[in-house]
Amino acid sequence: MMSATTAFGLCAAVAVGLGLYGLIANPQPLRKILAFNLLGSGVFLFFGVVARRGAAAAFGGDPVPQALVITGIVVAFSATALAVALLLRLFEATGSATLRDSMKRASTGAGSDPTDP
Amino acid sequence: MTIAAALEIALAVLVLGMAAWTIAARETFAAVVGFVAYGLLLALVWVRLDAVDVALTEAAIGGLSGILLVGAAARLRASETPAVAESPDGMLRVGAAVLATIVAAALAAGVLALPDPAPALAPAVAANIAATGLGNPVTSVLMAFRAMDTLLEKVVLLLALVGVWSLAPDRVWGGRPGPRHQADPLGVLAFLARLLPPVGIVVGIYIFWVGADHPGGAFQGGTILAAMWLLVMTAGLTDAPPVRLRWLRLVLIAGPAVFLVVGLAGLWLGDGFLSYPVAYAKLLIVTIEVAMTLTIAVTLGLLLAGAPERSA
Repeated sequence: MMSATTAFGLCAAVAVGLGLYGLIANPQPLRKILAFNLLGSGVFLFFGVVARRGAAAAFGGDPVPQALVITGIVVAFSATALAVALLLRLFEATGSATLRDSMKRASTGAGSDPTDP
Repeated sequence: MTIAAALEIALAVLVLGMAAWTIAARETFAAVVGFVAYGLLLALVWVRLDAVDVALTEAAIGGLSGILLVGAAARLRASETPAVAESPDGMLRVGAAVLATIVAAALAAGVLALPDPAPALAPAVAANIAATGLGNPVTSVLMAFRAMDTLLEKVVLLLALVGVWSLAPDRVWGGRPGPRHQADPLGVLAFLARLLPPVGIVVGIYIFWVGADHPGGAFQGGTILAAMWLLVMTAGLTDAPPVRLRWLRLVLIAGPAVFLVVGLAGLWLGDGFLSYPVAYAKLLIVTIEVAMTLTIAVTLGLLLAGAPERSA
């Protein structure tokens, strides 16, 4: 019979797959940020399963991977906040938030900041 | 199959359902709401995996991510339609689906092939935890055995904030972040922003303090403090401070600075960088954590407030 820990491990694998698909297939940058976070959470969950399996010495799980996951969540959040700020600035400066036309915008000179006098 | 196991498998299915919704939803706003729900369900999974410290982190950060992403989705709504027009063609979608399936299948095979009995560092932690004076093994790993990771993580938070600030246009350099929030002074938001912070601040400090021996810690506590600050700012009861303020910058570097000083002191008081003398280990760790909690609260609050947009 499949244990719950294994079920969560498979859940982690599928979350990574879904995140990878969304990262490529979703065109909006904010959706790509969401998808990347989904991918990352799958990796963290994989670590959580490894930690649970490593339960020993009266601990419910191996505390070393658990601590690494906490550090990972914090770093992922910082990167997300920076990515969102970049995206909002791009939207404010150019009036659009897409990835495709960035080369065209730069060549027509519209990439400069209209909010700066 | 026991009821607990059935519930856990149902939880896994629910988590995957929310994950699929996050990717497939038509509206970005709906996807963001799905992602927040996914984060909260994931926190339950962490509890079931006996990782309560991680669950607390996931729940706290999930809430902050929700504020960040919902705000961004609302501001980016005008760009939604042109971006959807750039959807990749069918071939690329199929290719992405095939690639994602291969990666997921490989990981699933890895999960099923994990060695039994699993290798673990838990016995090593159990053997050395007494030297840290702490009772929570996760805090002891974060603050002592792998203190370098935690120190660098705090530096990453600071670098992210510097990155966000550097996006400010020249004329508002060093100014106040984000738009000034307005809310009905007699409305529900303003009411909650007066009612919740006293409780939230006590809970945040408690979670940090109890983290030495039980689930909790500086990061989880600091996140709750940041949420309280954001609530008061969102309700318009106070304004975000201009980021050029000297005291603000001192608070921002206090956590990593105290950590670094204690770490360097370990070079001649202990056995090396970031090693604590056993007699003072707990005192030193709690001192670092006090500074870190304050720094984390202010850093997270300012990260969510965003780049400076007003010069006043």
